Amino acid sequence: MFPLTEENKHVAQLLLSTGTCPRCIFRFCGVDFHAPYKLPYKELLNELQKFLEIEKDELVLEVPNPPPKKIRLQELEDGIDGIDNLSQNGEGRVSVIEDGSIASKSSNLNVCNVCLGILQEFCEKEFIKKVCQKVEASGFEFTNLVFSVSFPPQLSVREHAAWLLVKQEMGKQSLSLGRNDIVQLKEAYKWITHPLFSEELGVPIDGKSLFEVSVVFAHPETVEDCHFLRAICPDCFKPAKNKQSVFTRMAVMKALTKIKEEDFRKQFPCPPNSPKAVCTVLEIECAHGAVFVAGRYNKYSRNLPQTPWIIDGERKLESSVEELISDHLLAVFKAESFNFSSSGREDVDVRTLGNGRPFAIELVNPHRVHFTSQEIKELQQKINNSSNKIQVRDLQLVTREAIGHMKEGEEEKTKSYSALIWTNKVIQKKDIEFLNDIKDLKIDQKTPLRVLHRRPLAVRTRIIHSMETRYVDEHHFHLYLKTQAGTYIKEFVHGDFGRTKPNIGSLMNVTADILELDVESVDVDWPPALDD
Amino acid sequence: MSKANPVRTTVYYSTPTESHPVLQSGKTIKSVSYQISTNCSRLQNKVSGKFKRGAQFLTELAPLCKIYCSDGEEYTVSSCVRGRLMEVNENILHEPSILQEKPSTEGYIAVVLPKFEESKSITEGLLTQQQYEEVLVKRIHAATATSRASRGITTTTAPTPPQPARSVC
Repeated sequence: MFPLTEENKHVAQLLLSTGTCPRCIFRFCGVDFHAPYKLPYKELLNELQKFLEIEKDELVLEVPNPPPKKIRLQELEDGIDGIDNLSQNGEGRVSVIEDGSIASKSSNLNVCNVCLGILQEFCEKEFIKKVCQKVEASGFEFTNLVFSVSFPPQLSVREHAAWLLVKQEMGKQSLSLGRNDIVQLKEAYKWITHPLFSEELGVPIDGKSLFEVSVVFAHPETVEDCHFLRAICPDCFKPAKNKQSVFTRMAVMKALTKIKEEDFRKQFPCPPNSPKAVCTVLEIECAHGAVFVAGRYNKYSRNLPQTPWIIDGERKLESSVEELISDHLLAVFKAESFNFSSSGREDVDVRTLGNGRPFAIELVNPHRVHFTSQEIKELQQKINNSSNKIQVRDLQLVTREAIGHMKEGEEEKTKSYSALIWTNKVIQKKDIEFLNDIKDLKIDQKTPLRVLHRRPLAVRTRIIHSMETRYVDEHHFHLYLKTQAGTYIKEFVHGDFGRTKPNIGSLMNVTADILELDVESVDVDWPPALDD
Repeated sequence: MSKANPVRTTVYYSTPTESHPVLQSGKTIKSVSYQISTNCSRLQNKVSGKFKRGAQFLTELAPLCKIYCSDGEEYTVSSCVRGRLMEVNENILHEPSILQEKPSTEGYIAVVLPKFEESKSITEGLLTQQQYEEVLVKRIHAATATSRASRGITTTTAPTPPQPARSVC
């Protein structure tokens, strides 16, 4: 059923005659249900003309700039005179098909002066199909999608102009349609296009979907339409660092709320003029939100950095913990890049034993995201088979929020270590026994010299919760310690030139040094352990 | 992709070497002072943040501290290394003897952070233990020929075990 009623006639007539398309006319008449917008364009035009009772012998012609003129068909059928009239006046064209019926140019209505073609060809099946082809070609795996569309800022200006025109017209009739009754362009656009996308791609549209299809429109021809706003409202358009143009949609909309009607009308035509061309499609992009994979890793090499060690473009040590794990994930998830983070880290020459250290990897723009737990187990096996320097356990998909648990571990949870210690003086078993009895020892550590170049100089108080010793020989013993997170173990052993106090050397009154260090446990309960 | 490890710059700590008169047997240190001039005390050095803003800048000859011995002798220890002063060892103020007892470890005087661009050239300008000993031998021979004013000889040691390199200035 045609959605317009008698009281909409004047507004509809005005808008159509000034070059506005049927769907925009519906919007400005407050038509807020979806069905009418989805009808084919040609049908809408015909219905509209019928509704407005445009006489068969009248044609509404649209010409690029001067307002359209009605030309009596009779004049045309009179033949040459009519045509001479036409050419004398230099006005638009009429195509008359030989059998005399009228092929009105308006069936190929020129570009709508309000939506610049957005609600004309760009919401119809043909265009959507084109977008969907690109989506399918992009190789993403998805079960739903969110569609985001971006319009050129000058559309807001034209919308505003059309509104002022409509407001004025309604004032004559004392109609009560308010600004909020006007249907937003983007809303109408989505009403029409969402079902078309769903049908074409076979998935629902879901605002919360991680898979985003985005289309950006531009209209180079009218880019300068917004510029007059800067003179009237200069502080809406302050240049921001990363923006190419200062005329963003937000800035333009803000300025429109501030500008007075009279000032606006002086600078911008109401109704807006008809453009020559429709919008251009600047980009059609697909992207998938990041997914997160967590687990725990063991490190068995004393020659492996956690992150790649590259100085002046030269790699100093082959590979790294993060690459050995992430490279496999990057390939399987078909992601663009990754971000590796873990609950603390260990030096190159330190092993990570026990349950391993929790880590999480953010996979950026993954093309494949659905994996069964069996597939993840197989992925874990693959990683473990590919290297004996690291091993991974409890590999699983997690949410972004879960990462917080891991970082909590870095600062708050305790860690256990085992160290092989050398002493300059000869020691007996009894010389190290007293260490077993020391509980919750407070130590003050100045920033170790070995990290001073990249950390602020400060003193950190840390607690050594407990220690256990195992005598090896006159110059060696094993020390097991449980400490607060953030304790520098090596410095606690050798004292770092007295900048960590107390230290093993000062406690034992010897010169001590550390030969080997292993992480025995990282006491964080996350990620959840999986039965293998 | 992922981030690489930050580039290492070396940090130097200053300590007198065994050839320094202060470390000759028989000398007792009465006190150490970081007040090197009326307006400058190395104790006032305060650095903040990752980039160690506020550090006093040191040239090779910049004095670090003054050592006062019980026999009335006074020695000024110079930096020998260009860079920014990170910290001075306050322990030698309370316990001056560690300067003599543990000069290579707890008896250090200062920690200096050179400019990144200069760190390589500075390290190369330092002497190995062997080269240092050769210099000393030459000095002893020269000293027997002429009498020398007792000027503080200071050395700078880079904390890279097991071969500390030394510079002599």
